[in-house]
Amino acid sequence: MLVSEQKPLDEILHSLEGESTIFLLGCSGCAEASHTGGEQEVRAMKASLEDAGKIVSGWTVLDFLCQKALIKTELQAFRDRILASDSLLVMCCGVGVQATAAVVDKVIHPACNTLSMGGAQGEWRGSERCGECGECLLDYTGGICPITACTKSLINGPCGGARDGMCEHQPEVRPCGWQLIYERLQQLGQLHKLREIHAPRDYTKAEPPKALRSTKFWALEQAEE
Amino acid sequence: MKLTELFTDSRFVITSEAGPPKGVDTTKMLEDVDLLLGKVDAYNVTDQQSSVMRLGSLAVSHLLKQRGAEPIFQLTCRDRNRIALQSDLLGAYVLGIENVLCLTGDYVSLGDHPDAKPVFDLDSVSLIAATKALSEGRDLAGQELQGNPDFCIGAVVSPGANPLEPQIIKMENKIAAGAQFFQTQAVYDLEQFRDFMEQIEGLDVPVLGGIILLKSAGMARFMNRNVAGVHVPEHLINRMEESKDRVAASIEIAAELVKGMKDLCQGVHIMALGWEKWVPDVLNEAGA
Repeated sequence: MLVSEQKPLDEILHSLEGESTIFLLGCSGCAEASHTGGEQEVRAMKASLEDAGKIVSGWTVLDFLCQKALIKTELQAFRDRILASDSLLVMCCGVGVQATAAVVDKVIHPACNTLSMGGAQGEWRGSERCGECGECLLDYTGGICPITACTKSLINGPCGGARDGMCEHQPEVRPCGWQLIYERLQQLGQLHKLREIHAPRDYTKAEPPKALRSTKFWALEQAEE
Repeated sequence: MKLTELFTDSRFVITSEAGPPKGVDTTKMLEDVDLLLGKVDAYNVTDQQSSVMRLGSLAVSHLLKQRGAEPIFQLTCRDRNRIALQSDLLGAYVLGIENVLCLTGDYVSLGDHPDAKPVFDLDSVSLIAATKALSEGRDLAGQELQGNPDFCIGAVVSPGANPLEPQIIKMENKIAAGAQFFQTQAVYDLEQFRDFMEQIEGLDVPVLGGIILLKSAGMARFMNRNVAGVHVPEHLINRMEESKDRVAASIEIAAELVKGMKDLCQGVHIMALGWEKWVPDVLNEAGA
């Protein structure tokens, strides 16, 4: 179970600045259970974006967004609408946002902050993806998580320690996360995002109240039974 | 004395380094410092360099200050959270330390306590912002200080990084956060350094080019294999290898670099790594 909460609308609209046509993507897995990315929330988000003057080119809710291969197949049906959009707003946990970013060559915006994953990495298990930081930064980093991709979890760009694209820690196996982010942003024409300076992380967000986690856990378990 | 005061006089500024020992016997380190008294403008005091546990940079910066040597207090984000970093900055100021160099810090696995918890609560950019905030009378939580410090804030950049663009963007972010001068990773290729200086021409900030004294051809090859952003060209390695007197060759190479940098940047940062006694010869030969 991946527990998420929706980002404030102001923050979402800030991330969509300069863009007019948006495709919405929801997830009927944990995001639906968290009430952050099911059909109901996607419809509400569509209305909010339209109120704010955006065009919603289309939307769909997939089961699940952490299944990379599935997203690729399912989104074929929406290919034209997605191509005609400036970006995708993805309403789920950080794993689903990164899975979408990994298969769609478009700018991806996260709509949620991921609070807890209960040790799971969704259906994309190959590596650690989402750091459950509670302050999703994927909007600034081309859909690659700096908390997990960078050994030092730096949020303001690369340190000087990378050699030949590899991290100073375990250089044989570990690529520099910020180099991956740089290359991705360059490919998307979004290098200006590296110029945004981020305030230090709020670690109270990474440690949500136990009641919040257990309640949602419990709710899902009840639903499954 | 703040380093920024020197730049306003349009002087070619020279900084060097003091490496605290692993232990409490500071005799050799202070002898090395004394060798350069009056010959360099300030000394960086390294903060547990390469993640090796040593005597701290705060205490040693204070020892230098007492000796009449101007310290640049190096501070990394590796070992302390934002509470400890800010507190150490206040501590530094009451001990008379005015120059700070803010760094991310190497990862813990590079040093002799690879099993330690890496902190990185702040990063180099937010540490610079915190230092500036303290200088303006508030801490990171926005709380007002009872008497504020007034720091000259330095940062680092790696001109040999590949790709270079993200390094330069980060350099600009550091300036926006409050960095007032930069020291660079060691440079051996003046043409590459010239390119770098041209790329940052619009940034109104003094830069000190980094120079590490080459001690041998083997050391140069080791750095090429292991030190990020450092590349010693083959022709310099050959000069070290073929020379009968490697100290003379080392001095000659470093002096050429200092001389070359005089036209390109505002000063040099010389890392002698135990060869402090040869630094005056480097400076004489370079006419610095």
